[in-house]
Amino acid sequence: MPTMSTLRKKEAVSAYLFLSPFLIWLVFLMIGPILAAIYLSFCRWNGLSSIHFIGLANYKTMFGFSIHDGHISFNDPRFWASLYNTFYYTILSVPLTMVLGVVVAMMMDQKIKGISFFRTIYYLPSVLSSGVAFAVLWKWIFNARSGLLNYFISFVTTIPIDQCPKWLASPTWSKPALVIMSCWSIGSGMIIYLAGLQNIPQALYEAAEIDGASRWRQFLTVTLPGLSPVIFFNLIISIVFSFQIFNQVYIISNGIGGPANSTLVMVLYIYQKAFQYFQLGYASALSCVLLIIIMVSTWIQFKYANKWVYYEGELRK
Amino acid sequence: MNSTGVQSNFWSSKKRTERITKIAVWLILVLGSVTMLLPIFWMFSTALKTEATVFATPPIWIPLHPLWKNFVDAWNIDGIYKSQGVNFTTYTINTIIISVSNAIGVMISSAVVAYAFARLRFPGRDVLFLLCLATLMIPYQVTMIPTFILFRNLGWYNTYYPLIVPAFLGGGAFNIFLVRQFFMTIPYELDEAGKIDGCSHLGIFYRILLPLCKPALATVGVFSFVYNWNDFLNPLIYINSNSKYTLTLGLTNFVSFYGQQYNLLMAASLVISIPVIIIFLIGNQYFIRGIATTGFK
Repeated sequence: MPTMSTLRKKEAVSAYLFLSPFLIWLVFLMIGPILAAIYLSFCRWNGLSSIHFIGLANYKTMFGFSIHDGHISFNDPRFWASLYNTFYYTILSVPLTMVLGVVVAMMMDQKIKGISFFRTIYYLPSVLSSGVAFAVLWKWIFNARSGLLNYFISFVTTIPIDQCPKWLASPTWSKPALVIMSCWSIGSGMIIYLAGLQNIPQALYEAAEIDGASRWRQFLTVTLPGLSPVIFFNLIISIVFSFQIFNQVYIISNGIGGPANSTLVMVLYIYQKAFQYFQLGYASALSCVLLIIIMVSTWIQFKYANKWVYYEGELRK
Repeated sequence: MNSTGVQSNFWSSKKRTERITKIAVWLILVLGSVTMLLPIFWMFSTALKTEATVFATPPIWIPLHPLWKNFVDAWNIDGIYKSQGVNFTTYTINTIIISVSNAIGVMISSAVVAYAFARLRFPGRDVLFLLCLATLMIPYQVTMIPTFILFRNLGWYNTYYPLIVPAFLGGGAFNIFLVRQFFMTIPYELDEAGKIDGCSHLGIFYRILLPLCKPALATVGVFSFVYNWNDFLNPLIYINSNSKYTLTLGLTNFVSFYGQQYNLLMAASLVISIPVIIIFLIGNQYFIRGIATTGFK
């Protein structure tokens, strides 16, 4: 009869067999490439000739600047532009889509008629939103002269169309245009918030009502704490995703990131450096910076999570 | 006036405000729905217009003489690549091959891996699972360049292997997590019963748990299908020859060729969106439930 420990051993062996596809992926397509990217970021390489170790040179080019007559000139202004654009997009689109998602989810949680119909409609665009087809559509909607958006703006405000924002053709308005686009992807978050809202025990609202809490007070003391784990999860995922925006930007700017680098986001710049300029070392350095930004932002969020994320025993399971 | 009278008055006025709130909420939701659907409607409307009516102001919402021929023209890409015999049929077939293979790969491998994480005890399980979740935070672009070099050195450049093989290697952290969470909701007694009947781990997985986790697998399958249908960066990096293009690459090419002919662009965009819309409408109930019940408890 086999002893307990041999049974355990058997179980461990079959576990690692079941895990083997994942382990191969983890080693060869995740940890290995991350280490390789870190190493390449200290190198100069065009992908064909031999690899030259150049130390911190890539990072020096990236962050380097000089000051002449009070003017700062950056060694790589496009890097700073891509950094600025990515942060600009994230800081505006993440809170906006999250607030809209929570608001819509709360409205749907009111036991109104046709909720599954509404849920479908609000969710549908988010399935399409990262696609190339949707970006092509928005390119047309944002068309300065004949686009739908400017027609609406000029219809409502009576501003003549040629004085409306030029959207994708204007360095000032191209990023707000991307943020507007992101509002059509609130559905994916909304579904999760809705599930979270439905998990909040009704008894808590009843108790609050008996205590005479107003609607607003109920929202602050019951809804938000109950929803906070879901909001926290979504915040982290949304930020990670929005730092990686690429498809929409590539399509609306024809892969250039214009006008005047105003839509050059980090991933587009990495793509250009790696696959158009064949500066694989420099591109790897850029991707390492992206990694560090995302890791730091996630770390900060986890660090402050216990200040506002509320776990109730029975919700956690 | 006695106290019960005040009470009933209070409740009826409360009911009235509640009803008014509900109607207001409903109206806002309807307005929002129109806003959400307007772009898709506009895509459809533009696709049916002539070149002249596309740019008309005020815009024509429903074209009087819908030009269905636009779909045929866009599909056949008159002009470009005619000599090469490439049109959207080629792109569609290519995209279906990639998306379906990915969906199959993700369903199989995420189930296998998730089973180990959910049901088996082995040294290093918690560390590995944590590592798996941590990879969610790693932006794809960090691994993109070394992975590209790896696949190129394997001779996989301009083939579909780089786009398909990774799906069979676990299916990604998110899918593993989702299926694992679903496994966790299945009572452990079922495994025990299987064990008593002499089932191996493979037997328990294949005969008992796999049939029960179909909803979760359908969810990750649909997600992966849609993700790959929309994927752009990977095909852009790995696929070089036009006959191997996916729909997203084909459409991008189409955009640079047709520039301002928005009726044809919209026709093509609409057609390549339709499968996603259909799959979404069919699978909608399933994967909303999938996310709601498995993902975030």
